[in-house]
Amino acid sequence: MSGDAASSSSRAMGGGQAPLLTVEDLRVAFRTEDGLVQAVDGVSFHVDAGEVLAIVGESGCGKSVTGMTLLGLTRGPNARFDGHATFGGTDLVSASDEQLRRIRGAEIAMVFQDPMTALNPVQRIGPQLAEQIRAHADVGKDAAIERARALLERVGIPRPAERLRAFPHELSGGMRQRVMIAMALSCDPRLLIADEPTTALDVTIQAQILEEVRQLREETGAGVILITHDLGVVADVADRVAVMYAGQIVEHGTLDEIFYDPQHPYTWGLLGSIARVDRPRPARLPAIAGTPPSLASPPHGCRFRPRCPHAFETCAELPPLEARVGDGEHLDRCWLPVAEKREKREVKGQIGLAGGEVAAA
Amino acid sequence: MTRFVVRRLFSMVLVLFAISVLTFLIFQVIPNGDPAQRMAGRLSTPETVAAIRRTWGFDDPLWQQYLTTMKKIFTGEVISYTQQVNVLDQIWQNLPATLSLAIGAGIIWFVMGVLFGVLSALRAGRFTDRALTVAALVGVSTPVFLLGAVALYFLAFKVQLFPNGGYVPLTQDPLDWLYHMILPWLVLSVLFIGIYSRVLRSNLLDAMSEDYVRTARAKGISERRVLLRHVLRNSLIPIVALWSLDFAAVIGGGAILTESVFNLQGVGQYAAESIAQLDVPPVMVVVMLGAFFVVILSAITDVLFALLDPRIRLSG
Amino acid sequence: MATVDSTVRVGAPAAPGADATAGLSPYRLGLRRLRRNKAALAFGALFLLIVVLCLCAPLYADHVAQTTPNANHVTDTVVVDGVRTDVVSPTGQPIGPTWQGRFLLGADQNGRDIAVRLLYGGRNSLEVGFLATLLTMTLATIVGIVAGYFRGFVDGVLARVLDLIWAYPVVLLGIALGTALALGGITIGPLHLQGNSLLVPAFIIGIVYIPYVAKPIRGQVLRLREQEFVDAARVGGAGPLRIMWSEILPNVSSTIVVFVPLMVANAILLEAALSYLGAGVQPPNPSWGTMISDGIRLIPSAMHMTFVPGAMLVLAVLGINVFGDGVRDALDPRARVRLEEHAQEASR
Repeated sequence: MSGDAASSSSRAMGGGQAPLLTVEDLRVAFRTEDGLVQAVDGVSFHVDAGEVLAIVGESGCGKSVTGMTLLGLTRGPNARFDGHATFGGTDLVSASDEQLRRIRGAEIAMVFQDPMTALNPVQRIGPQLAEQIRAHADVGKDAAIERARALLERVGIPRPAERLRAFPHELSGGMRQRVMIAMALSCDPRLLIADEPTTALDVTIQAQILEEVRQLREETGAGVILITHDLGVVADVADRVAVMYAGQIVEHGTLDEIFYDPQHPYTWGLLGSIARVDRPRPARLPAIAGTPPSLASPPHGCRFRPRCPHAFETCAELPPLEARVGDGEHLDRCWLPVAEKREKREVKGQIGLAGGEVAAA
Repeated sequence: MTRFVVRRLFSMVLVLFAISVLTFLIFQVIPNGDPAQRMAGRLSTPETVAAIRRTWGFDDPLWQQYLTTMKKIFTGEVISYTQQVNVLDQIWQNLPATLSLAIGAGIIWFVMGVLFGVLSALRAGRFTDRALTVAALVGVSTPVFLLGAVALYFLAFKVQLFPNGGYVPLTQDPLDWLYHMILPWLVLSVLFIGIYSRVLRSNLLDAMSEDYVRTARAKGISERRVLLRHVLRNSLIPIVALWSLDFAAVIGGGAILTESVFNLQGVGQYAAESIAQLDVPPVMVVVMLGAFFVVILSAITDVLFALLDPRIRLSG
Repeated sequence: MATVDSTVRVGAPAAPGADATAGLSPYRLGLRRLRRNKAALAFGALFLLIVVLCLCAPLYADHVAQTTPNANHVTDTVVVDGVRTDVVSPTGQPIGPTWQGRFLLGADQNGRDIAVRLLYGGRNSLEVGFLATLLTMTLATIVGIVAGYFRGFVDGVLARVLDLIWAYPVVLLGIALGTALALGGITIGPLHLQGNSLLVPAFIIGIVYIPYVAKPIRGQVLRLREQEFVDAARVGGAGPLRIMWSEILPNVSSTIVVFVPLMVANAILLEAALSYLGAGVQPPNPSWGTMISDGIRLIPSAMHMTFVPGAMLVLAVLGINVFGDGVRDALDPRARVRLEEHAQEASR
């Protein structure tokens, strides 16, 4: 049901043109020693060319698993997949390993969270870049290295020819993340998945990296999936936002809709916990009370219920992801009436989650 | 880099010196071990014993005895107490057997260890992995001399497939040499194959969950290349280190048990026999030779590593 | 063995699974994993069974075999299947397994009951193994923690001492010490050990293995001491001793636990090796190593003399090795301590 809602809205937003990537009812489960963990539980979304979709949520909500599953990086003997992810006529979920390999790095590229560990420590930068280029294009070693140099230059690395011979540990964190981005760009991908690309970096470098992502989108017209826990990052670059909680999308809408008319209490909590430059800074940033549920045995009904200060009887039943406000593109999973939501999300003149204030105080 | 090498060399010399002192001292704590008495035999007069004592310098202060022994070792004049033959000549005679054992077995155990380790890691949790795990654990749980004795009994005595121990020089008859070496090689390798395959398996599984391997996969390079270039290459580094040390120890007389069981007349067996006779000079030389190989090869490995893994250079 | 552990980490992100197991202490978690590892438990039980059997050696000797481990019966006879047979034939051939109370597993060339010696020998082998492990673990933990915690000069000295022991091939150092001490005994302070005391091989083996355990512990402590909880304790006014005891030690304890079964296995193997070379347990005291050593020359005529203690030794060591493997998987699924296998170089 939730799948239908998202895909119908995707058609509307794609302006008649088929979206770059359509994910329908994606489910990913891992068999672990604690039993079956449903890491992603029926997620649907789409990404168009040239737009940035942000997937937001706390760690362990399934957002990274979603991203990695699109590239088949979560495949393994203990993983179970369901649903579809259509990209250029290929279903990424059921595609063969070889089919996926051709797409990886060429048409869909990924940038990972920690640039400190994401590069091979005992290989020089140049060969690491060239390896990817040569995997997808029939070029010689020298040509590939030359292209690698051009890429480093493009992402703003000074003295790129020298850096090609550097080992990862000889570069700063920001520099390494630029190398990762250069790597991702090396085959002109149509879709870029950036998994927390700025989390491990300083604030100033964060801004530079985000600028790179923005430029990339403008220059190449690629679609971007930005996976992050930081709504501040989202505000900078995203066009649309999907908020994930416990393996499910709980709210989906345009950037403005999510920031100015958020419908789900979890989104309120996330919004309440970001530092905002345009508002007076509170003494302490409120956090959402409690911890995310275990995905091995998620709570019945609304998954946010145990942490939600506004929960009532109906919440014992899982609310579907559907349009409850606006013109059908703003979706959420909350039973509260819209008027009540608008009243309850006001905490001290800002959007926030009431219980969170209590817990933080 | 130069500083790193110099520092490594300096500590190497220090360890070698300490080893020579320690070895010398170990044999000084033997109260009934008066070598002069034993050399003179049972029916000796106190005068002969005193004379032997004087000529061999057993009356000198300990430090002087140590210096004399060391000087003799470096000038190649060190003589054993019991046989009264030149120890270095003796070792030189025994070295080919030990080298034959070390090189052959070293190649076998490295290749098989890597092969089984990779196989085990790729099939982690499945039947192949479990079978190899059990085999490896049986291998590391069996004493090499027992394995050697059992192998000799069944393969050399019952079915006369192999010779009953002994060593034939390579220069004398290469085929006969091979014929005599195969069983010792295999027996010595069993334990190491068990260890290496287990270490490599866990290194590989660790490496497979590294972020950079995920990155490599995300690049779209072939799975084969991911495994060879990124997983195996990085996991092999510690295995090579382990190998060089074990290899050095075997050259330096560490394979005492294997050499004794197969009666290879190698350096280790020479040391074992000398120890049994409380013959200090050969033991000192062999132990120092062994430690020398271990220390030198570990220094070489450290430097090689610094070249292979650039991160080490920083901490060094 | 640990199916799920070993495969789930191939490619699968840790985050979702980690949530569910959060809040359990590493030991309770480890115990839970160990309990699921049936193979490890079975082999652990096998080892335990061998230990118990060996502890019952005097009972068996008195009530079943009616002899003692060192009693010679060269000239005795025994009734097997109604036939009176020499324990040791006039040509020196010892009797094989009789499968009855007396000489159940045969005799050796001195007419001693193999089964009785096997149990008493097991007691000695195990005693040496356990004592050596105790010594190694205690000293290695102290050295590792002190060297890692103080770094600098102290570390420099201790690390050189460890290098020194480590540079000797294990067996070579073992027999050198073993031969020297077996003749002279050893005096440590007020304590004097006779050369034929079991404590001598235990002492030697305990010393020889110290570097193999101390080095990884030191490495771990070097990382630990930089962590915030240590800083916090230091800021809170705790002295070095207190920090080492209550902050560092608990954090290396899982490494120590992982090493224990491994060291017991290696100590038993090294004891056998030393005894085989005459530098371990001294005759007429039995141990599995000395029994194998007695039998090895007679394999063609009396292979039970070698195979019986050999099989027992392999079973005991295999039992503790498989169990130890399970303990490591359970406590440390990512096999943080990799170096320990290095210690298995023992019996070359």
